[in-house]
Amino acid sequence: MSTAEPSDKIALTGGSRRDRMRRMGDQVFSGLALGSGVLILVALSGVALFLLIQGWPALTADPSQIPGGDGFVNYVAPLAFGTILSSAIAVLVGIPMAIAVSLFIVFYAPKRIAQTLGAFVDLLAAIPSIVYGLWGVAVLGPAMVGLQGWLEGHLGFLPFFKGPVTTTGRTMFTAGLVLGVMILPIVSAVTREVFSQTPRKLIEGALALGATRWEMIRMTVLPFGRSAIVGASMLGLGRALGETMAVALILSISGDVTFNLISAGNPSTIAANIALKFPESSGLAVDVLIASGLALFAITLVVNMAARSVIARAERGAR
Amino acid sequence: MSTAQPPVPVLPGTTGSELTAGKLPQRAVPAVYGVAALAAVGLALAGMNRALAIVLAAAVAGVFLVGWAWLVEGRRRAIDRLVTISVTSAFFAALAPLVSLVETVAVKGSARFDAEFFTSSMRNVVGEGGGAYHAILGTLIITGLATLMSVPIGVLTAIYLVEYGRGRLKTAITFFVDLMTGIPSIVAGLFAFAVFAIFFGPGIRMGIMGAVALSILMIPIVVRSTEEMLKIVPNSLREASYALGVSKWRTIVKVVLPTALAGMITGIVVAIARVIGETAPLLVTVGAITSVNGDPFNGRMSNLPVFSYDSYRSPGVPPEPYLQRAWAAALALIIIVLALNLVARLVYRRYGTHLR
Amino acid sequence: MPETELGQQIATGTAVATPDPSSRGGRTTHLRVKGLNVHYGDFHAVADINMDIAPNAVTALIGSSGCGKSTFLRSLNRMHELIPGARTEGLVELDGQDIYAPDVDPVLVRRKIGMVFQSPNPFPTMSIYDNVAAGIKLNGSRISRSELDGVVEWALKGASLWDEVKDRLKGPGAGLSGGQQQRLCIARAIAVQPEVILMDEPASALDPIATQAIEDLLLELKKDYTIVIVTHNMQQAARASDYTAFFNVGPDGPPGRLIEFDTTQKIFGAPSNEQTAAYVTGRFG
Repeated sequence: MSTAEPSDKIALTGGSRRDRMRRMGDQVFSGLALGSGVLILVALSGVALFLLIQGWPALTADPSQIPGGDGFVNYVAPLAFGTILSSAIAVLVGIPMAIAVSLFIVFYAPKRIAQTLGAFVDLLAAIPSIVYGLWGVAVLGPAMVGLQGWLEGHLGFLPFFKGPVTTTGRTMFTAGLVLGVMILPIVSAVTREVFSQTPRKLIEGALALGATRWEMIRMTVLPFGRSAIVGASMLGLGRALGETMAVALILSISGDVTFNLISAGNPSTIAANIALKFPESSGLAVDVLIASGLALFAITLVVNMAARSVIARAERGAR
Repeated sequence: MSTAQPPVPVLPGTTGSELTAGKLPQRAVPAVYGVAALAAVGLALAGMNRALAIVLAAAVAGVFLVGWAWLVEGRRRAIDRLVTISVTSAFFAALAPLVSLVETVAVKGSARFDAEFFTSSMRNVVGEGGGAYHAILGTLIITGLATLMSVPIGVLTAIYLVEYGRGRLKTAITFFVDLMTGIPSIVAGLFAFAVFAIFFGPGIRMGIMGAVALSILMIPIVVRSTEEMLKIVPNSLREASYALGVSKWRTIVKVVLPTALAGMITGIVVAIARVIGETAPLLVTVGAITSVNGDPFNGRMSNLPVFSYDSYRSPGVPPEPYLQRAWAAALALIIIVLALNLVARLVYRRYGTHLR
Repeated sequence: MPETELGQQIATGTAVATPDPSSRGGRTTHLRVKGLNVHYGDFHAVADINMDIAPNAVTALIGSSGCGKSTFLRSLNRMHELIPGARTEGLVELDGQDIYAPDVDPVLVRRKIGMVFQSPNPFPTMSIYDNVAAGIKLNGSRISRSELDGVVEWALKGASLWDEVKDRLKGPGAGLSGGQQQRLCIARAIAVQPEVILMDEPASALDPIATQAIEDLLLELKKDYTIVIVTHNMQQAARASDYTAFFNVGPDGPPGRLIEFDTTQKIFGAPSNEQTAAYVTGRFG
């Protein structure tokens, strides 16, 4: 074994050229990292600012100039109504399903295949929304005609199912269902994660008391995951509010403000309206669409911020 | 002997002294569902809607099982069975759209999923023939540019958050990245449009605008996944490197990033898969044309999702060739997206082992 | 125990710690620690450490968990600074140069004072060869392939690992047994030719046979390096070290303090402090 000759003394203060280069490397690299982070801050502020600049003319223009001739607020209101209606259906359908799917994967499915099943659910999120739209028009819509007819016949006294029912199935009901399928994987991803983190000792404690599996879930898993469920639902809502192409393709739009979910006359949504009108618009019409996009941005921002803070609190609680 | 009674009434169902009291036969569940499956097949053969037959048979079987369990096993067990059946059904119901959707697209898309579709554009094509070569090229260019912009920014931001970030700025960036994940894709498109319109006028349409819009959607996904991967690199590896007198940036570049690489690539591929099918942001930024345009800085550019949308939404006369091309484009998109997801999974399984 | 008495014992301890004057040109001290205090934010981890660490000897740090010995060890090459909020007062001198002086670069300090950790941590993405060469390559040295081969072989021999791995240098470092991995980490540390090697319970994750191999290695390594080792294993300290420092916390909890520092023989044979005596005979801790 050779001996370690004390190497040429490296001064601890490192004045050599290479040491200066190294310290510069550190600075450049941390500067780049910091710069990227700041760029994101700037970009997002930019989103709001540029939309505001471009949308401003629509907010200040003479009401008669706005399409519809009744001012911006009256232009957006029916769209906002359609947006909220379609998202509400999506949430009502998608969230219970998502929770059930998460429970199935975490607590009911055989452990060996649970991960694979989760991957299949995640694939739902990978399908492009345009494909959901095509599928909604070609498959789900026609398939829903029978069910919608039945709803009209038996529940027609409710405003939702007053009819007359369409023969294409391209209704608010169908669009909402498709949105529900689209938000399911997003909600399920969060709830699955939180359900699987339910402390073992709680689960075992409940089972040791003689609880059935459902009683165990009701006693431990659901209370433990409650705020995560709320947060995930809002995340799903945010996604449904902004979903564009599926709605634009599926919905047969008349612009009416109605709760009737199964007729041919449906309100549009903010996002779908932009996609449908934008390519053929010019001048003030573009500004109006951008301003409506700004409104959508603001709505989803609030919903997502609330969702994030609820989820963050849930995660802190879980730790 | 009232003193021998427990002070609190015990749970119903636990009063029996035997442990086996009241239970459905072991094979009850598979047997009932076996019968239900046969019934469903029968109904379908008899001309009933396939989906309706399955739903009906499953529902009847479920109600029957729960009712039976109620009589034999008591209320608690029956409710437990009810939930089990509901949850399981919900899972299969959730996967039904996936199956139906893939099947539909495969069937309808295969009609025009031919060589011509991939080799020719729509230039001077009316009616039959033509293809999506120009759209595929556009999609590759736009998504490629978006990836080139998003990956460095996203990865560096994740590095900042995990390795350097402290205090308020870190909190602020984390928060903004969270918010970015929630930006509706159409708003991202409007943003890119608004930025370019300010400098080039409102009629502007370019491939790069679409790439910017997609980046806004892609960056937060890349940041999130990279952040997760960097966080699970054990701290002991960083310490080992520092203890060798290695500087921080070399430690990050040569030790931390290689260790996290497989997971990062997986995340990036998933992010690409997410944005490659985005339609709305491209609809408002790059528009559509019928001929090949390979220059993202000059004029409109076709792309697969918008091609599919346009062909379906405003077909020519007769509509069939247009609709077929729309479905073929959708099939191409789904294949690309599923392939990317598969690649991501394989990369992680093959190379991501040293973190588990 | 009154503060002054404790201080006197520490002073006595350091005075007794007379190393072999033959090494390092007759210098008796390689690392000198004077009035060292380490804080993490509001938490005062170790207080008022005075210690002269002899060259070419093994100095063991013993004491119960939470007594600050690991923190102290890490403060010797500024590794504790990786924890946010870490703050240091006092002096740590390497050959007379204060490693906490404002113009000192901690990266260069760590090149001269290497470290081996509790559980083996070879780089999972690198081969055995690359693990050993990591310190040189990552520091950006441009040395020739044959020179690097020589250094790797020398370091692996120095860590008594060469014979076991010479046929699979391109194999993954993570594929070795725990004991081999730890010796690989030692080879990695000595490949950058430090002067001091700090070891934080290097054998605590290993089985008895692998532990024996590490202890044998310590006796070889101290011919060339100054070694400071934290251990929970009394027998290990008694067998393998020349000097032993006993750390403990006061009755009110942290900060940890140096209670007694002397030759290993003295600490285990005739400790002058009753706490030390109680600890080394297993009566507490």
